Amino acid sequence: MENILSIKNLDITFKTNAGNIHAIRGVNFDLPRGKTIALVGESGSGKSVTMKAVTGLLDSNSVINSGNILYSGGGETVDLLTLSKKDLRQKFNGQQIAMVFQDPMTSLNPTMTIGAQIMEGMLLHKKISTSDAEKKALELLNLVGIIEAEKRMKNYPHQLSGGMRQRVVIAIALSCEPKVLICDEPTTALDVTIQARILNLIQDIQAKMNLSVIYITHDLGVVAKVADFVNVMYAGKIIEVGTVDEIFYDPRHPYTWGLLSAMPDLETDDSRLYSIPGSPPNLLHEPTGDAFAARNKFAMKIDEKAAPPMFQISETHFAATWLLHPDAPKIELPPELKARLERSRKAADVVG
Amino acid sequence: MAEPLLKVKNLRQHFKISRSFTVKAVNGVSFEVNAGETYGLVGESGSGKTTIGRSIIRLYNPTGGEIIFNGRKISGSLSDKTRRMLRKNMQMIFQDPMSSLNPRKKVGDIIAEGLDIHKLYQNLKERNEIISEILKKVGLSPAHAERYPQQFSGGQRQRVGIARALVMNPKLIIADECISALDVSIQAQVVNLMKDIQDETNCAYLFIAHDLSMVKYISDRIGVLHKGYLVETGLTQEIFSNPAHPYTQSLLSAVPQPNPRVEKQRQLINYNAENINYENSTMQQLSETHFVLK
Repeated sequence: MENILSIKNLDITFKTNAGNIHAIRGVNFDLPRGKTIALVGESGSGKSVTMKAVTGLLDSNSVINSGNILYSGGGETVDLLTLSKKDLRQKFNGQQIAMVFQDPMTSLNPTMTIGAQIMEGMLLHKKISTSDAEKKALELLNLVGIIEAEKRMKNYPHQLSGGMRQRVVIAIALSCEPKVLICDEPTTALDVTIQARILNLIQDIQAKMNLSVIYITHDLGVVAKVADFVNVMYAGKIIEVGTVDEIFYDPRHPYTWGLLSAMPDLETDDSRLYSIPGSPPNLLHEPTGDAFAARNKFAMKIDEKAAPPMFQISETHFAATWLLHPDAPKIELPPELKARLERSRKAADVVG
Repeated sequence: MAEPLLKVKNLRQHFKISRSFTVKAVNGVSFEVNAGETYGLVGESGSGKTTIGRSIIRLYNPTGGEIIFNGRKISGSLSDKTRRMLRKNMQMIFQDPMSSLNPRKKVGDIIAEGLDIHKLYQNLKERNEIISEILKKVGLSPAHAERYPQQFSGGQRQRVGIARALVMNPKLIIADECISALDVSIQAQVVNLMKDIQDETNCAYLFIAHDLSMVKYISDRIGVLHKGYLVETGLTQEIFSNPAHPYTQSLLSAVPQPNPRVEKQRQLINYNAENINYENSTMQQLSETHFVLK
């Protein structure tokens, strides 16, 4: 499988008054062309920072210590980190890689009409006439399912509902026909019914335009719906990666177990939710060993001393936990999780 | 059966925006909350769920209807005595733990504000003891009383919000989207904490949320709101296994399930709400506890 975007060994530090925060500690992942990957993790795990590095939107107090971001959508492979901000903005952002932000209430300009905002990128990047841009904007609004598009072109963001605004944001992202779409929690601010429609919309467009999509989210339900591959992130590292089936039916990292168990399940009547004890580490004081050890009831002595490498489970499935080391003791999955995985595998077998 | 703790009868809450335009946020909603139970209110944004919570705790003056709490009428003008009873026995946990705590006050003083107003302690020593105890109960340490809200993480702040509500020993806590700003793993911690506290103190919750799956975990009974009307109410089991109203069905079909193969097959049930008018509908009884607007 060919990767359109490939991040290798990315390492980022933020300089703050309180000290250096080692936010990204060696991130590797691949986005295969035409596929959807999800980046999952708690707030502060580094999901958004990684994506900001891709689009060159990192804050000025950040230092990229090492790494490559290889992009091969436009013919030859380019390392986005070697480009100047200006080059990145003029040749890649919007045209090759576009982003849909979390909160449609704040990502639109309140003083510009919807039409002008959709056309802005096209006029800047594409050297087309205003009337052509207008035509294209109308097409896009129709594509994202906004009715009476002509009338809406002249509307301001505050005249639209939250779901409509997110559709407009998607239209803007698609305006320059990007090859990669990054969706940063695109539906967190929306209601479940609207969320389902927006996700369906992105999937439809992806099929039509052959987009490769990265979802950043902490909602595993959304991941199950949209993703082909899942990367689980914790404390600035990818700790488990696999196909969506591998992550949901055969997870191997204790943190992934915790995430799955903490999701409420409509199918059961358990009266208690499992919760991962404690909170994520403060990367101002970087932990030695496995960053998850303090919250992990399966932690071993080695977890305090050395960070685990990625162990391979299958061709596509990797996890960074010492439990996968051949010398590690065999452990029993927590009974609730075991029951839950069995249940979901059974449910999956029913639908085939 | 004992008299319910909270009885909301035909509550209406309208907001006059201009001479010719009134927002009818809540239209004739009736439900009851029994002592020690959790009643979940769900619905999309704009359905009126937050407004109902705020009307009940009297942040708004209800336009019409009756609210009876703890055996006393709390709608209409409040006598001083009723107001004190209401403020002591009903508390609220707000959505955003970042903005609902005063950044200039120490956590201990935020928690003790209600105690101070109602003079619920004899001396300073007792006050400090109450604060330490409540902090321990919500999983923080007594030393945290000397810190300011910004020194805490989101989950910890929501614990402070819960402690602040809990310290009054209320009979009813209105929790308005109190977990939606938190991460999944922290959400589970807070929901479990709320359940433990309920087991211990037998307080009732009015749990307002748009996340149906969390509501399922915590609620004994659920009410589904749409456009300011209560379209369905019943035991949690009844709502989830046998939803009667098309809006409820559509809402349930939209909750994504953490099971990829199942989720990729699921179909969204569409509910066309544009021309819906509930004005002439009435509640119909399906079982002893299950009602639907038809």
